[in-house]
Amino acid sequence: MTGSWWLPALLCLPLAGSLVLLVAGRRADRWALPFGVAVTGLGLLLSLLMLARFDSGDSSVVQLGFVAPWIAQLDLTLRLGVDGLSLPLVVLTSLLCFLCALYSLRNLPEPGRPRAYVGLFLLLQVGLLGAFASLDLLLFFVFFEVVLAPMWFLIDTWGSGEKRSAANVFILYTVLGSVVMLLGFLLVWASTGTTDMVLLAGQRGEQMSGGVQLAAALLIGVGLAVKTPVWPLHTWLPDAHTAAPTAGSVLLAGVMLKMGTYGLVRIVLPQLPEGARVLAPYLAALGVVGIVYGAWASFAQHDLKRLIAFSSVGHMGFVVLGIATLTAVGVNGAMFGNIAHGLITGLLFFVAGSVKLRYGTLDLRTMPRSLYARAPRLGFVLGFAAVASLGLPGLAGFWGEFLPMLGAFHPGVPERALYRVLLVVAATGTVFAAAYFLRVLRRVAQGPDTDDRVRDVTGLEAASWLPLVFLVVLLGVLPTLLLGLTGPTVESILSGVGEVVTVVAP
Amino acid sequence: MSIQTVDYAVLAPVLVLALGALVVLVTDLFGRPGSSRPGWVAGIVVLVAGIAVPQTLDGRTLCVADDGCAYVVDSTAWAFQLIVVSATFVVVLLSASTVADDHLPSGEYYFLLLGSAAAAVAVPSTRDLVSLLVVLEVVSLPTFALVAMKRGDRRAGEAALKLFLYSVVSVAVALYGVALVYGSTGSVTLIGIAAAVADPDVRTPVLAAGLVMVLAVVLFKIAAFPFNAWAPDTYQGAPVPVAAYLSVVSKLAGFAGLVLLASTFAAWPAAWAGVLAVSSAVTMIGANVAALRQVRAVRLLAWSSVAQAGYVLVPLAALVDDGRPQVGVLTATVAYLAIYAAMNLGAFSVVAVVARQHSDPTLADFDGLARRSPWLGVSMAVFLAALAGLPPGLSGLFAKVGVLAVPTGTGAWWLAGTMAVATVIGLAYYLPWAARLFRRTPGEERREPAGPEPVPIGLGAATAVALLVTVVLSVAPGLAFGLIDG
Repeated sequence: MTGSWWLPALLCLPLAGSLVLLVAGRRADRWALPFGVAVTGLGLLLSLLMLARFDSGDSSVVQLGFVAPWIAQLDLTLRLGVDGLSLPLVVLTSLLCFLCALYSLRNLPEPGRPRAYVGLFLLLQVGLLGAFASLDLLLFFVFFEVVLAPMWFLIDTWGSGEKRSAANVFILYTVLGSVVMLLGFLLVWASTGTTDMVLLAGQRGEQMSGGVQLAAALLIGVGLAVKTPVWPLHTWLPDAHTAAPTAGSVLLAGVMLKMGTYGLVRIVLPQLPEGARVLAPYLAALGVVGIVYGAWASFAQHDLKRLIAFSSVGHMGFVVLGIATLTAVGVNGAMFGNIAHGLITGLLFFVAGSVKLRYGTLDLRTMPRSLYARAPRLGFVLGFAAVASLGLPGLAGFWGEFLPMLGAFHPGVPERALYRVLLVVAATGTVFAAAYFLRVLRRVAQGPDTDDRVRDVTGLEAASWLPLVFLVVLLGVLPTLLLGLTGPTVESILSGVGEVVTVVAP
Repeated sequence: MSIQTVDYAVLAPVLVLALGALVVLVTDLFGRPGSSRPGWVAGIVVLVAGIAVPQTLDGRTLCVADDGCAYVVDSTAWAFQLIVVSATFVVVLLSASTVADDHLPSGEYYFLLLGSAAAAVAVPSTRDLVSLLVVLEVVSLPTFALVAMKRGDRRAGEAALKLFLYSVVSVAVALYGVALVYGSTGSVTLIGIAAAVADPDVRTPVLAAGLVMVLAVVLFKIAAFPFNAWAPDTYQGAPVPVAAYLSVVSKLAGFAGLVLLASTFAAWPAAWAGVLAVSSAVTMIGANVAALRQVRAVRLLAWSSVAQAGYVLVPLAALVDDGRPQVGVLTATVAYLAIYAAMNLGAFSVVAVVARQHSDPTLADFDGLARRSPWLGVSMAVFLAALAGLPPGLSGLFAKVGVLAVPTGTGAWWLAGTMAVATVIGLAYYLPWAARLFRRTPGEERREPAGPEPVPIGLGAATAVALLVTVVLSVAPGLAFGLIDG
């Protein structure tokens, strides 16, 4: 048992919090919500301290590592650590969990039961943080699974609409994906004799034949693609996002989807480079289909949450395209897109939840218009999130779309012509994205002036949204803040798989 | 050729249980009718048997100079004995309230239970086919009577009859198999057979057929395809603790026998692994699909335990292809069985609590259990999650990972894929059941919620022990995986 205690502490904090709530009994219903804010707040503080301690000059090296044996016979080791790839996601997770706890202080969905609600959220946080901090394949799988049961309960109990079937589809679909992924991990283990991600990345797949690499990459890729989700494996997502309670949608879209794309970059690219090279063009094509499909499907939606859910499919398509370019620019853009999408879509789901609280509906056809007049500040945040989501330059969303497309222009694979075509198709996707979000704004916000007022942004809502707004602007203006962290890691990952193109600092 | 001195220390667990069974009967003879004393005595007997499980491995007795020993405690046998005795202890705890509530004759009940358990302890230590078959049969014989013990219940009779018929048929087939094996190898001792099988000339189709026929009795015990059809009706008709016993201890005996047979024929997996693989695959898929449709709790657990037996078969069946698995075949099998014993007995304990209020409970009777009795509900959720292999039931997840690592190592991909699909189907019935525990019952808003389920001390203790073991094995699964070396 060696290493620094930062990550174990970060994981144990929410775990201990949920155990306290489990043991505390029904009395805890009174103080569960503030307790959740305190625990997640402390977690955010820990993550920020870790960010401060992190040596960003050496971000391609795993830092704050911790190793402890767990099950010798399964070769399972608690191997934790962060580098430039995972640290931003760890901080994002802590931030969104804290904001969700803050938001839920006053906006606890039916049927209440704060103790169970907060307990499940904390358990969810353990799984999310653990997946990003894992440096062992089997451990990654375990944390991947930890997330499922709490999320299923959150949708099943606190959701709305067709929540039961949405929750069941969500879990059956994602478990099928993760079991397939496990088969891939076991194949890697059987072929190399180790599950240590750092060791495997160092070997660059030399221990495995091309065929084995391809099979493993396919199995693992399918599992991760369900999570991301990559078209056509996305069908669980719209129902789950729509039915989930607001905070659940925020974490689903903001963090959980990233486990898929993070896994592709962390596991498939460095550990199975030959497999990744073979699969990359197909992945790129599916990503672009996702971009276009997400945009068109969003256009057809009448439910605001459902629309945001489909727009996520499109955005994750850009992330997938970026990864599939196998270039430093593209993969950095993908990692940037991960964070940007987490911030922006988190904000969108928050706003959608608040609009629903005021109007009681999210149906674009029957919803009252003129949000700008009724609640100017709420209207502004919705407008801000929408233009950030459609990729306005100067805001974070832009880099998440621009860099993957830049990478597709000079892909790290021989199929240049294909990527150029894909690039053009993807570019049309951004246009559609602009179209459907502007349609939303026109429909919801820009109606004729009216004297009907609804409650505008409350203090609590403002507190939980402002950090997101601030970060979206900050990362939009200064993308190097994040690219400086991910850049060196991405280069070391790609050194085995594609050509290294140094990030052009924009 | 003479039988050497008997080492009673090695035989102690079997002797303690067998003699203890008689003591229980005598206690009942002199006690008042309906007294709880036989239950206490039975519990103490099992505890003593647990202490008597040999601490030193590699004990052997009843040895014959040329042919090895008839009774051997090696690391595998020791692990099986430990799990069997622990599981029997939980079953005794489970039984107290059922015996009292259903007015079962307590002396006979515990006598039969301990008699069967004594044989179950002996199974992994037998070293010849005849003893193996006899001991396996002694495990079953008392259970016929135990299943039928609910007097005046028509279903109990039917349940016992089904169990009996299946047992008789499988034993008859197996006996014929023993004859074929003896004819082919000239030996009935496992050592002798293993030595003969090392010679490729002996590996004839007749020998393979004989082995497969012997396997019939094992597949019947573990309720795997094609000998699984008795399980749902028998479990449902039997008293709940007896169903729990059949699903755990009796199964453990079957798997112990299977491990012995597989080790004996280890040099020639082609003869048996394919049969196991087909049985495992059909069992996993078929039982999980069948379980989807169940509304009765015990019947669902019956199909679930059939499906779980299919998972446990996977490591041995994976030897259809040769390759070096990352996890030892026996390690994965025994670890799964240890974890399965805890989580399945736990689930049966909670069902037994609910069954006191609603006889033969449906899943709807579990609605809101966690709101009425928080600990009972949360425990049940943990057991169901573990059976499904989903965190927070981490022990169940690790058990499945261990099992799945074997076919992926040997290259039996179709088997690994089948198991992957089967686990996903399994989720579709475990999870909705778990969800019911936390749901508001209809009408709860209008009136006071129903009071907590009364939990008799035996059932509470059984649930607590099972929960403790499940949680400990979730945090430190190495305990289960380290039960046998290698």
